[in-house]
Amino acid sequence: MQSPNSPAEFSLHADRIQCRGQWTVDALSAAAKALAHLHWSDGNDVLLDASEVTALDTAGAWLLQRIRLQLEAQGRQVSVEGLSEHFADLYARVVELGMTEPPQEPRLGRLATMGRGVVEGMEELYSFLSFVGEVAARMLTLFLRPWRIRWNSIWVDLHASGATALGIVGLLSFLMGVVMAYQGAVQLRAFGANIYIADLVGLAMTRELGPLLAAIIVAGRTGSAYAAQIGTMKVTEEVSALRTVGIDPLDLLVIPKVLALCIALPLLAVYSDIMGVFGGMVLAKANMGLSFAVFADRLQEAVTMKSFLLGISKAPVFALIISLVGCFQGFRVEGSAASVGHHTTLAVVQSIFLVIVADAQFSVIFSWLGI
Amino acid sequence: MTENNEAVIEMRGVCTRFDSFVVHENLDLSVRRGEILALVGGSGSGKTTLMHEMIMLRRPSSGSVRLFGEEIVTAPHAVQERLRQRFGVLFQQGALFSALNVLQNVSVPLREHTGFDHALIEQIALLKIRQAGLPAEAALKFPSELSGGMIKRAALARAMALDPQLLFLDEPTAGLDPASASAFDELVLLLKQWLGLTIVMVTHDLDSLWQVADRVAVLGERRVVAIAPMAELAKIDHPSVRVYFEGPRARAAKPQ
Repeated sequence: MQSPNSPAEFSLHADRIQCRGQWTVDALSAAAKALAHLHWSDGNDVLLDASEVTALDTAGAWLLQRIRLQLEAQGRQVSVEGLSEHFADLYARVVELGMTEPPQEPRLGRLATMGRGVVEGMEELYSFLSFVGEVAARMLTLFLRPWRIRWNSIWVDLHASGATALGIVGLLSFLMGVVMAYQGAVQLRAFGANIYIADLVGLAMTRELGPLLAAIIVAGRTGSAYAAQIGTMKVTEEVSALRTVGIDPLDLLVIPKVLALCIALPLLAVYSDIMGVFGGMVLAKANMGLSFAVFADRLQEAVTMKSFLLGISKAPVFALIISLVGCFQGFRVEGSAASVGHHTTLAVVQSIFLVIVADAQFSVIFSWLGI
Repeated sequence: MTENNEAVIEMRGVCTRFDSFVVHENLDLSVRRGEILALVGGSGSGKTTLMHEMIMLRRPSSGSVRLFGEEIVTAPHAVQERLRQRFGVLFQQGALFSALNVLQNVSVPLREHTGFDHALIEQIALLKIRQAGLPAEAALKFPSELSGGMIKRAALARAMALDPQLLFLDEPTAGLDPASASAFDELVLLLKQWLGLTIVMVTHDLDSLWQVADRVAVLGERRVVAIAPMAELAKIDHPSVRVYFEGPRARAAKPQ
């Protein structure tokens, strides 16, 4: 005698399939596997005998129906018998519901996928350009009425994107200065040109690395925060709510962020310059025996005001790129948490990419102008 | 295993404290097999907290909770995992995984806990989606493309994926229009009839209380102040209970 808790199984007899045990989702896997590789005996009509089924749920009822469908596909007449009244109700219900085929996801060919990618890319570029245009137009009108600029938001964003970034920007720039000086020291010592370490670190930091390093850190820290904040506000319909109370989301969410970052990033770049050079100084003293005074003396000759200003002048452009891309991706979010994550990632990747492209263009233009 | 045939959930002397704030104190509650029990109470009376203690999302500060006759407060991880497969939960906002479409959402528990092949899982998931009253076309939609009522139904389909004997519904009709809400109530009753479910639901919907619930447990003063069918609750004179019978909304919902 079988215990009522034994797993679902079925066995074949001449014209009848005997189903036994507990036909419930947790006891069904063996029977489901057996169904896949089963050869039916000859004979025409089959009786599915379910009188020894001790428990049945929707999954079990569906498996019973699968057996039946498989047999009917071979042109047999199948009848199900022996279900108790309660199970028969459930089975009838499942038969009725199970008539529909699973809908198929439309599949695209390779060419079509590529085409769609191009169209979507162009569409994104177009809407980014319109977004930039819209922000620019809005900003012009605001500059004519400066009392309408939301200074409060600017202060908050300045603190969040500028002041709180000092620690990480300072640390990384300092380390960058140390690493650069260390690499340079090995080469310069061979020529007995130790003193030129100030030229190397000073010029590299002020002209290139200071602003670039600050921009990359800010893109990862602040650009992503902008995208995630605006994106989440879109999901929770806060952006729509702003519109209905008559506040332009650009005024409240975008322009203060853009302005705040345009102020914060140049300042961070200056700070990054200083910390990087300081890192170089510390290594020069520890590793090459150059005192701070000698280093600083040489630095004044090596790094002109022009080099410093050229480096810093790039920072506002980087700030525009980071804040605009971050806000733009925030507004592209549609509907769900996954979309927030996707667009936040895009914001960081695209802004770092564009910052480096812009930096390269600056180099070309500066050398073209001979400065 | 001592499976009591009467009580599916048995809470004894449950206390819950958030720091110094006491939510439940010596609360007793039992849910009978095959009934629909509604949990009601004012905001902050700890309905959702109590439900979270039943579904092992939160541990009570003290007291005992038995689920299907097994103590869960002190149960080892493996026992909790096994028990989790025996109930389904419908969260208030649906809590569908937004990165997956409806069919994938409903398939998640089946993939995790059964050894079925891909085709069978998809067929069963589709069956559940249809059982919850959604058209087959909805299966490929993402949660962001669904209306409020459809989200609840899809979430119900996921809660039912493993054919649980016990179902928890957190505010199942909140945010639905009256037609969808009563359709959802009917669906809950039908499912109970077909599958012999035990259902615990947190609700404020007076119509649901009258139409669906077999018994109503009223929370107040850190404990269950009354537990009875709606018609009997009407005779109880307690301020936490009276709000469900007095006032224009209560009178409108009461069947004549």
